[in-house]
Amino acid sequence: MANKFVEWIDARIPMTKTWNIHLAQYPAPKNFNFWYLFGVLAMLVLVNQILTGVWLTMNYVPSSEGAFASVEYIMRDIDYGWLLRYMHSTGASAFFIVVYLHMFRGMLYGSYQKPRELLWLFGMFIFLVLMAEAFMGYLLPWGQMSYWGAQVIISLFGAIPVIGDDLTLWIRGDYVISGATLNRFFALHVIALPLVLVILVFLHIIALHEVGSNNPDGVPIKKPKGSVPDEEKPKFKFHERFTKKYDIVDAIPFYPYYIVKDLVGIGIFLFLFCYVIFFMPEMGGFFLEPPNFAPANPLKTPQHIAPVWYFTPFYAILRAVPDKLFGVILMFASIVLLALLPWLDRGRVRSIRYRSILHKLNLAVFSVSFLVLGYLGTQPATPTSTMFAQIFTFLYFAFFVLLFFYSKREKTKPVPERVTS
Amino acid sequence: MKKLLIALVTFIPSLVFAAGPTVPLDEAKVDLHDKASLQRGAQLFMNYCLGCHSLQYARYNRMFEDLGIPEDVGQKNLQFTGEKEGDLITNNMSEEKAGAWFGNPPPDLTNVARVRGPDWIYTYLRSFYRDDSRPFGVNNSVFPNVGMPHVLQELQGLPEKTYEERRIDGEMKKVYVGLKTDGKGRLTESEYDQAMLDLTSFLVYMGEPMKLEQRRMGWFVFGFLLVFTILAWLLKKEFWKDLK
Repeated sequence: MANKFVEWIDARIPMTKTWNIHLAQYPAPKNFNFWYLFGVLAMLVLVNQILTGVWLTMNYVPSSEGAFASVEYIMRDIDYGWLLRYMHSTGASAFFIVVYLHMFRGMLYGSYQKPRELLWLFGMFIFLVLMAEAFMGYLLPWGQMSYWGAQVIISLFGAIPVIGDDLTLWIRGDYVISGATLNRFFALHVIALPLVLVILVFLHIIALHEVGSNNPDGVPIKKPKGSVPDEEKPKFKFHERFTKKYDIVDAIPFYPYYIVKDLVGIGIFLFLFCYVIFFMPEMGGFFLEPPNFAPANPLKTPQHIAPVWYFTPFYAILRAVPDKLFGVILMFASIVLLALLPWLDRGRVRSIRYRSILHKLNLAVFSVSFLVLGYLGTQPATPTSTMFAQIFTFLYFAFFVLLFFYSKREKTKPVPERVTS
Repeated sequence: MKKLLIALVTFIPSLVFAAGPTVPLDEAKVDLHDKASLQRGAQLFMNYCLGCHSLQYARYNRMFEDLGIPEDVGQKNLQFTGEKEGDLITNNMSEEKAGAWFGNPPPDLTNVARVRGPDWIYTYLRSFYRDDSRPFGVNNSVFPNVGMPHVLQELQGLPEKTYEERRIDGEMKKVYVGLKTDGKGRLTESEYDQAMLDLTSFLVYMGEPMKLEQRRMGWFVFGFLLVFTILAWLLKKEFWKDLK
């Protein structure tokens, strides 16, 4: 009966074939480690954001008069409304945590290198859209920080010569942030950007399954056809799409092995996630900022305006530069350079395991710079903190410049033929 | 590199302290399980604060239920303006006029504990002092030049800034030692402190009325996750046995 039903469907859409190509007969390297969890977690958080978002939308009122009160209505009068809201607000921060770790994994193991350039680029577009999505979502509660944070960030576009002022006017739809801005941000936040995000995630995965996953050794698991003796091939059946042109080694099917492994990771992640939701939803003022519990007041500027933590590294770069236009350029450059990594890194060795001491040091300095800039971005600017922001901005950019120069003739360690277990 | 590290270590604490308030805040030992305290806080709020400050996002009956106040008792003792029990806790002060009277309209206080924090509220309520240069004759050391009169003066009395003569570096100097009430209030100092803790606790409850339910549910969720994660781990072990 069940078999007949599956056959009936398979004759009409490629259900079993898709399942096999992407899960049951998809060859995943057998040596994935901890770092390979964050892709799946990002998908989980995306689903969380979409589902809780849909339910929040049912009671949210997108107008400057009603927005703040409707959020409080959700928090107080809707059954489990507070849970939906905290899942959504915590999910936003969790999304950035897992995405930053996911990107860092790519840098550790050279996952952006040939032939995964497009995969990396799709990922960078996801990151960009995610930032826009988070920024617009943060305006919706219409609290003090929503309002003034948006004010500061939109005004950045005003630094662009000639068209700057008209551009900010066009983005806001008004001379100040107003109900018009709120309404368009709402439309973009709940329809346009999630749609783009889901399409990009789809493309990201299609690209991944076309070239195959990288692994902590950065060694391909696809070998030339006929080069691997039968006894060394894995005992699993992989889809002919993968075995037609290559011999696959050191791989296991994604389903069930990595599905069950990821379930454990998801469980541990949910412990942390739920700890925040149920015991410290504000996360010490980092996930929900205290001033945002006061309604937006265009006449009262808060003493200290700081964007939410996930924007602070870039905000610190912006503030490090005395000239506003140059600061804006540098801030965007800090993201564009990440997108250009596949071409800036001219090395052939992917994994940090077999790269030079210089590269390890360079990546370490880069990571520290990112974290320190993130911290500095949350703090009010003082002459000392600005000086430190300048030093670490320099180090952030130095990573890319140095990488470009040393990677071509880098002294790497010998790379093994096959992945190590 | 070493110099940079040392510089970092010395500089980070200075940033942490830079953002702090100007007056040290007293710790408010809020206990949301202490319903009697929350009820007394509600009583104080409805009698002394609601005239100017609303709780416009909260409803009377939800508050009665959470604080363990029977609805008829609550309606008789805590509702003064003839609203229905399901109404939001608002008042009739017009923003425009309030702006003219106080400089700024008195803010809604539903979320004040989330904006300012309990310690700030607790200290603020105990920091009014006599200052004849101000329109209402009082000032506040936590919120300098606040536009609010000392509404609780009949309870606390009117504190004044007090100074002591102390010998510092061989010279006698006047040193500020704190606020001291004139003793004309109905409450003693410790009674007043307790009353302000009650009021603070009530406002903390107001900010997050779901807090206790939220924590209770959190433990159930943890219980579920523990079972889920253990089962997932056993499942993983079982499947991965084939790979050895």
